[in-house]
Amino acid sequence: MQEIIIRAKKSQTEYWAELWRFRELLALFTWRDILVRYKQTVIGVLWALIRPVLTLTVFVIVFGRFAKLDTPGGVPYPLLVLGGMLPWHFFAAALSESSMSLIANSALLTKSYFPRLLLPLSAVLATLVDFAISLCLLFALLLWFQFPVGPRLLLLPVLTAVAMLTAIGPGLLVTALNVRYRDFRYVIPFVVQIGLYISPVGFVSGLVEERLGWWGRVLYSLNPMVGVIDGFRWCIGVQNEIFLPSIFISLTVSLMMLGIGVSYFRATERSFADFI
Amino acid sequence: MSDTVIHAEDVTKMYRLQHQRTARYGTLRDVLARPFSRKAPSDKAKTGQEEFWALGGVSFEIKAGQVVGIIGRNGAGKSTLLKILSRITDPTGGEIRVRGRMASLLEVGTGFHPELTGRENIYLNGAILGMKQHEVRARFDEIVAFSDVERFLDTPVKRYSSGMQTRLGFAVAAHLQPEILIVDEVLAVGDHEFQKRCLGKMHEVSQSGRTVLFVSHNMNTLGSLTSRCIHLARGKVVNDGPTHEVVSKYLSQGEANHPLFESLERGEAPKILRVEVLTSKPGGLHSMLEPLEFRFQIWCPSPVRGACLSFEVNDLNRLSCSANPWLFDSEVPYARNAGVHEVVCRMPKARLFVGNYSLNIRFAEPPGGRKFQSLMGVCGFQVECLGKQRLEYAFEPGEAAYLEDCEWTARTLLQ
Repeated sequence: MQEIIIRAKKSQTEYWAELWRFRELLALFTWRDILVRYKQTVIGVLWALIRPVLTLTVFVIVFGRFAKLDTPGGVPYPLLVLGGMLPWHFFAAALSESSMSLIANSALLTKSYFPRLLLPLSAVLATLVDFAISLCLLFALLLWFQFPVGPRLLLLPVLTAVAMLTAIGPGLLVTALNVRYRDFRYVIPFVVQIGLYISPVGFVSGLVEERLGWWGRVLYSLNPMVGVIDGFRWCIGVQNEIFLPSIFISLTVSLMMLGIGVSYFRATERSFADFI
Repeated sequence: MSDTVIHAEDVTKMYRLQHQRTARYGTLRDVLARPFSRKAPSDKAKTGQEEFWALGGVSFEIKAGQVVGIIGRNGAGKSTLLKILSRITDPTGGEIRVRGRMASLLEVGTGFHPELTGRENIYLNGAILGMKQHEVRARFDEIVAFSDVERFLDTPVKRYSSGMQTRLGFAVAAHLQPEILIVDEVLAVGDHEFQKRCLGKMHEVSQSGRTVLFVSHNMNTLGSLTSRCIHLARGKVVNDGPTHEVVSKYLSQGEANHPLFESLERGEAPKILRVEVLTSKPGGLHSMLEPLEFRFQIWCPSPVRGACLSFEVNDLNRLSCSANPWLFDSEVPYARNAGVHEVVCRMPKARLFVGNYSLNIRFAEPPGGRKFQSLMGVCGFQVECLGKQRLEYAFEPGEAAYLEDCEWTARTLLQ
């Protein structure tokens, strides 16, 4: 028979096993978030396509035509931008949704028990659907430009997983902080806005090395999305050079953030119901 | 013992109370500023932090199949204990061991999402309460039949009336089959007919050999459902034993005799700040047939659609013995503006009979609107027949519900 021990400092050995036991609820929360997102809209899930199309158009016109940013190796500029924009939008959505997930579900937190991690995780998983839909746009454009893709494309799920991990770390940290300090709900929209410009979305990160040198690029890679976007572009073949230190640094930063996020979340989650 | 399913030992819970008039959550600025404000640690009391022990060492043991009630005045720690048992919040100290699958029902319809349909919410709510999806699927038809919302199954729950939402919520909960069930006073919702049905279901559950922990202010319900009661006061167990013994001692102690309810914290939602029963004598003692006054203070942070306040006076068994004195906004305008409002109800000649009474108070928007608060069993007071005592035959509590004005005549028909 299953025995639960409730105490102030309970052993956490069962923590991850319990998360696994609740996987069905995780699926349901994800399903709920997906269903709710486009309820009572006329065009529904088409919004997941329209937003990237419009942003892409703006980028192509502003940076491609007016600023005349050059693309290496004759890659069509729209493909280059989309290759950076999709992972960035996915990261930004996952981060925003997960960082608001606890306060958006405060009624649940104070009235029922389940592993608190389910809420930010399901928020991230739900954004995966939008990402999958916008990937269709990428594939359509690849076909349109008759752009050759190679077997590297098979690594796309790995890069998606890395983008997800990169979002979960700060997402967990911020959503836990949000419970006590509502300041953080103003931080994330700001981070997302700034991040779009300081991440290599409208340009390739090789440009940073050209202007600021090797060390400049290494420093630039402290932004974990640099490695993710580089890798993503490399997968779809719009960028053939891969800067390994950058991948390594970005991945390290992501994992460190994940560690910090998870440990802060776990340290505070048991008092969420008292403060929210 | 092997058949012990819940074993609680010295459970404590401490909250830090903030006495500042700020929102409940802090801002980062306060925290960042703290190290720089040059205050000695002894100044802590002045900044308004106070420790409050909601539970001060609670121990008990519950065996498989027992149906146990938890009683106590508002603020005695009942809700805190339930929250700890349901693992919503952690104890500050102590330990509880629970053996078996446990489900807790602290609210009807937890996690209902207004945008989702009734059907979708049944699955979601079931999962939140701890049911597996195949269990929900297997009982889906039963749940729908019990809830009476068949026709609206594919309508978003936000278009349901509050009664329908309650029925659907209870229907899901009623089909939970855990080994241990923890229930807060959820029966205090819904119309009379539905309450009766819920009570029937609760009876069924308590007869089925499952372990049930039940918090209620309704002594009558407790008497019929439970065999054992735990009486909490100020965060401690003061009595534990057979229901009838614990309940009668609880009531006779006059612990319920406290004609004032106060909860002065002004939050973001409309609420009742203060209720006072002005009895004819101090200490919550009232002489029969004297004027009796009920004073309510209500806080509305923003204007509401109009407010609706009602209360019932209950006797020892928490049976209602007065018709609802309703107060609608249309009669006395209040709460349409933000602020604190006072509402007074005066009974020029209170006909309540000798005995102990308390109030159930409900505060809501006009029908169809939001429900703000319901307080159960607050403001206990005692009615005496001071000065009106019959010498030969003393008035006994429970002999009558109220005194009617009567005219007596007598004549001789046959000599």
